[in-house]
Amino acid sequence: MDWHLLISQLLNGLQLGLLLFLLASGLSLIFGIMDFINLAHGSFYMVGAFVGATVVSLTGSLIIAVVVTMIAMLILGVLVDILIARKLYGQDHLDQVLVTFGLILVFDTLAHIIWGSAGATIPLPDVLNGQIEIATFVMPTYRLLIIVCGLLVALGSYFLVTRSRLGMLIRAGASNRNMVTALGVNIDRLYLIVFAIGAAMAGFAGLLIAPITEASIGMGNEIIIIAFVVVIVGGIGSVKGAFYGAILIGFIDTLGRSYLDDLLKLFLSNQSAETAAPALSAMLVYILMVVVLVFKPEGLFPPSGFNKK
Amino acid sequence: MILKKHLITASLAAALSMPVVGQAESVKIGFVTTLTTPAGVIGEDMKNAVNLAVEHLGGKMAGKDIEVMFEDDGFKPEIGKQKTDKLVKRDDVDFVAGFIWSHVLLASSKTVLDAGKFLISSNAGPSQLAGKGCNKNFFSTSWQNDQTPMAMGEVLNQQGVKSVYIIAPNYAAGKNMVAGVERAFKGKIAGKDMTKWGKDKQLDFSAELAKAKASGADGLFIFYPGSAGGAFIKQYQQAGLRDSLPLYSVFTVDSISLPKLQAAKIDGVVGSKSTMFWAPDLDNAANKKFVADFKAKHGTYPSFYAAQSYDSIMLINSALKATGGNLDNQDAIRAAMEKADFDSVRGRYSYGKNHMPIQNFYLREVVADADGNWTTKVVRTVFKNHQDSYVDQCKL
Repeated sequence: MDWHLLISQLLNGLQLGLLLFLLASGLSLIFGIMDFINLAHGSFYMVGAFVGATVVSLTGSLIIAVVVTMIAMLILGVLVDILIARKLYGQDHLDQVLVTFGLILVFDTLAHIIWGSAGATIPLPDVLNGQIEIATFVMPTYRLLIIVCGLLVALGSYFLVTRSRLGMLIRAGASNRNMVTALGVNIDRLYLIVFAIGAAMAGFAGLLIAPITEASIGMGNEIIIIAFVVVIVGGIGSVKGAFYGAILIGFIDTLGRSYLDDLLKLFLSNQSAETAAPALSAMLVYILMVVVLVFKPEGLFPPSGFNKK
Repeated sequence: MILKKHLITASLAAALSMPVVGQAESVKIGFVTTLTTPAGVIGEDMKNAVNLAVEHLGGKMAGKDIEVMFEDDGFKPEIGKQKTDKLVKRDDVDFVAGFIWSHVLLASSKTVLDAGKFLISSNAGPSQLAGKGCNKNFFSTSWQNDQTPMAMGEVLNQQGVKSVYIIAPNYAAGKNMVAGVERAFKGKIAGKDMTKWGKDKQLDFSAELAKAKASGADGLFIFYPGSAGGAFIKQYQQAGLRDSLPLYSVFTVDSISLPKLQAAKIDGVVGSKSTMFWAPDLDNAANKKFVADFKAKHGTYPSFYAAQSYDSIMLINSALKATGGNLDNQDAIRAAMEKADFDSVRGRYSYGKNHMPIQNFYLREVVADADGNWTTKVVRTVFKNHQDSYVDQCKL
């Protein structure tokens, strides 16, 4: 057993999991509280990456890019909520899927018009392009930074949800929406805040990944499917569930990609193991989702007092 | 009111009759490529090259107007096939060219060939069409997929690399590339990863890079066309593998990925080696004109995709010139194309019986040009007049 490899794969899994958490937590709250299926959540991820890339190319500063992107994403979240999403709360899920699918096309085409098909890169300062060595263990600095940022945001949202008045309302909304409305809480404002925070977190995730891959059209559509799996596995409307679900899926995906072919080689020929492993590792997270749905249909960590309406 | 109706009828009739008139005097070329999705950047490059070729020909082939119809395959085999169906059945084109992706070409080729039209691949070179599935009306102005990685395998042998780790996307061309390098490379394959590909392709290679590093291989062989290549090389540098695990690539480091890598200051790619049948600095008159005019128009070096697309148009032109613009005599056109009698940007080449080019392959290195822009430079010739390995399976 190569311990260096195992540790770096675990860290890689953690990094993927935290990125998924940034996306899935917003998605889960929007789904849980507003009962709103937002397929276009991945578009916020893409817009965040592109806005970040643009700001970096104009100012050369990653920190300014983070600030500007966060503000831009909050504004975008507010606009989408007021102009489009608000009219769909309480409507049929099919209507929501159709409209938000249309939104994906609109965002993708807008990105094509504004930024072109080539995509945009975010150059990193030399410090972040390097590696950190701890004893004999080497890890890319930037990936470590993603882990730190992801954990900080996770910690922040933990305090927001469990310790603040807003968090109390969010939890109440996720558990029983009708009761919160009946108690006279301004539900429109609560929805607006949740939607904007969700958009900002998705945009932040996009900004974080862009220096590794790049900002490209449709990048959010690839990851949003996995984010939905996270929401279902973790429990709809639960930030805690989104966190554990995301980390679990990050580990399964990464470890599947790293060890599945060796595992299959134990009882398959080399040739068939090589062909089967990529297909099977791509399926692993969905297999997990099926297992969770069979044994715990409400997800691993459903919001407390959760009942189906 | 009646007058208005008549006007509409008249203009409708005029509009409908237009293509019929056009058909007799023009040569119609359908060009299928990817214009949307992040891979659309490749399609744009090809489109620019086709338009440049048409411009260089003065818009005419043997006195006939050139009419090029571009179609977007959306990076999906099923869409590529639909668009090809449309070009063949509705637009009734004379030639179908283009095709970046092997799986898209394989899905679309039957439509064109069954209709008795000419199919010219401007990029994809799947083994199926070079071997058992070869067809008298299929031509390539690129290469068979295995050839370029075979040249790379030969380079690895020459450089004394003992073991190599392979990472490539899991689709038709990715498998051909791996087969190619494995066929020519005599050392050990330390490990291999095939990653998810297509519209939702994998772009984070952390797990694969960690495995490659732990494998203790002497070199890393990759094939990542389009934007994925830039992402891979960035992560390769961020993982600090530049000195311990030298990078050998095919179809990854090109004029599409290099400007972006330069903008991101990923200098790990400078000096990295790749093999290719062509390079922007290849010394022949046709190539000099092509590269200079392309740069003047678009500000960047043309990619190999562009070079192949340019040659596709020039190949068609050579056939029309030889037959005096007679599109009805298919045998004469085919015979003329088999001669490859035109000034290709790669220099002169010939066709094997499966209509795959027999051509040189060069080792290229990434350098900065006189203006400081990163580009590739020919180091030496690896294979002279190389023919693909599937030609014997072709029953033509």
